[in-house]
Amino acid sequence: MATSAKSQKRSQQFWTNFILIIISIIWLVPILGILITSFRPSQEVFTSGWWTILPHKENIEVDRISIADSVDVDGPITIEGITATFDEWRTGIELDDGRFIQWYGNKRNRELVVYDEQWVGFNTDLTLKNYSDVIGGKTITYKDGQGNTITRYGNNLGGAFLNSLAVSIPGTIIPILIAAFAAFGFAWLNFPGRNILFTIIVALLVVPLQIALVPILQDYVRMGLNGTFLGIWLAHAGFGLPLATYLLFNYISTIPREILESAYIDGASNFTIFTRLILPLSVPALASFAIFQFLWLWNDYLVALVFLGEKNKTVTIAVAELVGEKGQDWQLMTSAAFVSMILPLVVFLSLQRYFVRGLMAGSVKG
Amino acid sequence: MKKKFLLVAVLVVFSLILGACTQEAEPTEPPMEEEPAVEALPQGQELANAYDGMYDGTVVTMAGPFTDQDEVVFNDSIAGFEEATGIDIQYEGSKEFEANINIRLDGGDRPDIVDYPQPGLLQYAVEKGYAIDMETLINPDWIKQNYSEGLQNLATMDGPDGPIVAGIWARANGKSFVFYPKAKFDEAGYTVPTTWDEMMTLTEQIASDGDTPWCIGIESGAATGWTMTDWIEDTLLRVAPPEDYDAWIAGDLKFDSPQINEALDYIESIWFNDDYVYGGRAAIPTINFGDAPKPMFEDPPQCWFNRQGNFVTTFFPEEAVSGVDYDFFYFPPIKEEYGKPVLGAGDIYGVFNDRPEVRAVIQYFSTGESLRVWVEQGGAILTHNDADLDWYQDPVTRGVAETLRNATTFRFDASDLMPGEVGAGTFWKYMTDYVSGTITREEALQQIDASWPEN
Amino acid sequence: MANTQNTDTEQGGILSWFSSTLGQILISLFVPIVTFLVLWQGYLFLQRAQAPQIIQVLVAIVWGVGGVALLYVVANWLVLKLPKPWSSRLQPFVFVGPAIAIMGWFLAVPVVRSFVASFQDRLGQEFVGFDNFVFAFTNPRMLETFRNNLLWLVFGTFFSVAVGLLIAVLADRTHGEVIYKSIIFTPMAISFVGAGVIWKFIYTYKGVGLNIQEIGLLNAIVTALGGNPQPWLNIPPWNNFFLIIIMVWLQTGYAMVILSSAIKGVPAELLEAARIDGASEVRAFFNITIPYIKGTIITVVTTIVIFSLKTFDIVRVMTGGNNGTNVIANEFYLQSFTYTHKGRASAIAIVLLIAVTPVIIYNLRQFNKERKGF
Repeated sequence: MATSAKSQKRSQQFWTNFILIIISIIWLVPILGILITSFRPSQEVFTSGWWTILPHKENIEVDRISIADSVDVDGPITIEGITATFDEWRTGIELDDGRFIQWYGNKRNRELVVYDEQWVGFNTDLTLKNYSDVIGGKTITYKDGQGNTITRYGNNLGGAFLNSLAVSIPGTIIPILIAAFAAFGFAWLNFPGRNILFTIIVALLVVPLQIALVPILQDYVRMGLNGTFLGIWLAHAGFGLPLATYLLFNYISTIPREILESAYIDGASNFTIFTRLILPLSVPALASFAIFQFLWLWNDYLVALVFLGEKNKTVTIAVAELVGEKGQDWQLMTSAAFVSMILPLVVFLSLQRYFVRGLMAGSVKG
Repeated sequence: MKKKFLLVAVLVVFSLILGACTQEAEPTEPPMEEEPAVEALPQGQELANAYDGMYDGTVVTMAGPFTDQDEVVFNDSIAGFEEATGIDIQYEGSKEFEANINIRLDGGDRPDIVDYPQPGLLQYAVEKGYAIDMETLINPDWIKQNYSEGLQNLATMDGPDGPIVAGIWARANGKSFVFYPKAKFDEAGYTVPTTWDEMMTLTEQIASDGDTPWCIGIESGAATGWTMTDWIEDTLLRVAPPEDYDAWIAGDLKFDSPQINEALDYIESIWFNDDYVYGGRAAIPTINFGDAPKPMFEDPPQCWFNRQGNFVTTFFPEEAVSGVDYDFFYFPPIKEEYGKPVLGAGDIYGVFNDRPEVRAVIQYFSTGESLRVWVEQGGAILTHNDADLDWYQDPVTRGVAETLRNATTFRFDASDLMPGEVGAGTFWKYMTDYVSGTITREEALQQIDASWPEN
Repeated sequence: MANTQNTDTEQGGILSWFSSTLGQILISLFVPIVTFLVLWQGYLFLQRAQAPQIIQVLVAIVWGVGGVALLYVVANWLVLKLPKPWSSRLQPFVFVGPAIAIMGWFLAVPVVRSFVASFQDRLGQEFVGFDNFVFAFTNPRMLETFRNNLLWLVFGTFFSVAVGLLIAVLADRTHGEVIYKSIIFTPMAISFVGAGVIWKFIYTYKGVGLNIQEIGLLNAIVTALGGNPQPWLNIPPWNNFFLIIIMVWLQTGYAMVILSSAIKGVPAELLEAARIDGASEVRAFFNITIPYIKGTIITVVTTIVIFSLKTFDIVRVMTGGNNGTNVIANEFYLQSFTYTHKGRASAIAIVLLIAVTPVIIYNLRQFNKERKGF
């Protein structure tokens, strides 16, 4: 009995991990693609897929055959005992021994290439150059797919990081604080207009923030807020509040009534209950919203461009400029993506410990 | 209670500290001087004043789409002027310029001067009454003298108070060119075609030699499809009189008309033949217009022709030598009676704040001198009459400039002049869908016609 | 040091002064004024800050966060000073007031302006009646966006929530929870510019021809299996699904994080009791966990439905809305910034608002059910 239960548990563990690993692999493939691309030399990025750094079979050039000038290329051509027309040679012909012969270039180019299919091991031709270009490069030089040199001008990512922090930290905390107060108000306090105001908040979730850009910019220009950090926090607070309030409301309203009742009986004021009881109990919800708001601000481009402009460049704007007009510097984009990804991941991992079991359960019992 | 008192005290102190930090030097007003008796230049009084040092220390803000290399070259071009006058021209380049500029204008955050990559965008600022009439900023006689009449007409737009000269032209580019890898081309014994038939014969010959003759790519992010619209415009000028072209821009000639259909027949004979196009028809919408010419520079070339504006040379390999490794030929005429038409485009400056130093700067921009450095470094062709052909140092650019001056008919890129939702919208979109094969030609043309704004 | 002692000795005097009515009124005025001054000075400092960046950032953080907290403390303190009926009537507004004010300024007022603009012409100068709405509901381009958004809404939401829930539940029982969750979460942390690149590497198509090597993963797999490469993003209607896959990849992390924190709240005792009663894991999940986190599931579904209605970046970066992949938000963006047609753009925004009505009604019902207030 006991052993069967144990083996059942083990098989459950196995299947659980199996499913998780499969999903994780699916999720990892694109991430791996970005990671590998970010370490590849620029020229290779455009000529071969990123997975070719893994061992695989490939046609390797082993020989070249020249055709004498006397041969008429418009007629049948005999090579290695096989006779075929130009068009057939151009498409390529496979020999019995597995080699593959193909005409190189056009008719006037009287040359054929012999390929042999061979295993290619790990390609270790990786470089840190993309990263050093993204982080510190003043002038960036690299080669494109055809081996041509391209030169472009770098950006100061260090300053941009500071700016992004200055936008993201208050831009995350301020709306969370405001939303937590509001969510408590909606969930546990009675006041006239509660329903209608809540309806409006849910409706505002769907409003595309672009409609607000022009009117807000007009206000900002009048108030001298354009281009200031204060302006951009307020903007992010405004655009983030509906979701923050909605999410936090849904969490705070599930806090068991008994907990609050006993506190009211003890004579606690609303304010005390909020700061002493609601905030600590809502930590998981606060933490999860904090993660998302931080991410959105960190990766935001449009709002920063409109309200902060070029003087206080954030990372996203600096990277967008770095990448150049032609939009073809994929090795830079991928390494920049990883550089700018580090901080949000750190935030995610450090807030992990707030997702703990039994926060509420314990208090129910107590 | 004591706690609260302390809190208040702390707040007061904090407030005082912050207050102390906030006090900073007020920008000192430049002392008002008597206007020095400088003789006005042909462009205007303010430019003369500026060279006299009157606006030393002032700032003029500019916005535009130049980023990266272009921004550097632009700054190089204006450095001499800044040094001579002491005016600081602060240029702010943005890749999202097209979307951003109207938000900034509507929001009241207006740069002094804006460089528009196409006149259609300036149209909006004119309609809203933001743009200032150039004739009030620059001596009107100078504008008439230094720009061709056709360009002046294109810059005249209807504002809320009637037509104004909304902008002055900066760089131009010609689009009726076919680039080819000259060294390899000569080596192969091919000759440059001068008529459409010759071009098609050569195309067939290259194909039978085992190569794909054309490299065509129309992908361009959110602007995918514009390369196709250029082809249509260029071909239309070769099968129909320029009056039809003008009627088409005005909305009087339908997209689903015999003329456009005839132009598309010619284009289809190249584009939809998988033996003629690198990667085949289905690849055209997925290949970036800047990547498209790259196979021309492989050894041996994977394709031989790329029809594009002269700006495409900036996408060519840096090692490729102009005039040696590559050259261009004029996109050949189809019907003799329509001569040698040239399709072109250009960027235009608009002014949004009227201050003496802004006037000085825009007066300066109305001279070819303002972009001379750019011309000499390559990649720019000027619209100014006072620009000298000798400034063009590389043979291809000079050839392009000459072709532009010798054109029997010059027409501006139609999609830039059509209403935005057609010219930068449905025209691009439905042509892309049509090339992809997701809709038929007839459907595409009818959809574009249906999207034409009613008034 | 000496000062502190001084205050200590005068403590009694100050206390009695505080308790006098006049003092009460004075202090009630004094505190808000001082608060206001502090905030105002901070505002001025940040508005025309020329201090070094790092100092600005620090002041910004202290002022921004501290200022908001201070506002609440002072406002609450003031309200409590009012006579009883007034204080209890006004107190809820101390809590919800700031949020309402900010949302009003940044979103509600622009919505009202859009509503007016949706009845106006391109430049917002003349009224044109319902023309813009006629466009929004009859233009073939708009009809295409409705179809596509419906696909996004149904498939995008279903797969994001289903996979997110699966991960949240399963990972909860393993030792590698943080690893699994981090992997699923990572796409959210990648800026869309980077993500766009990698998905282009997956779907890209180079064409058919000699010496053309596919660098897109999907085409490499297809050719390795003996098939012909396809321009995946140019084949309607399937290209919509290829785009939706990107959304699922990006958004599942969101569903997972929120659902995971809800699952942590399911009392272990309940599950334990069910297991002792002999219920299977699957049954315990459906009978206990699901009902317990139902509210959270509704929240997540609501928000992802709204995300999918607002989908924009993916489409703009990957296809630009061409080849039958256009969506409402992309058309809105084009109308407002590329075609500068204020009227139509506003009408589309209003249509989005109308489209979300069923979701609002459903949420309002839940809200009323749970309404408990004191």
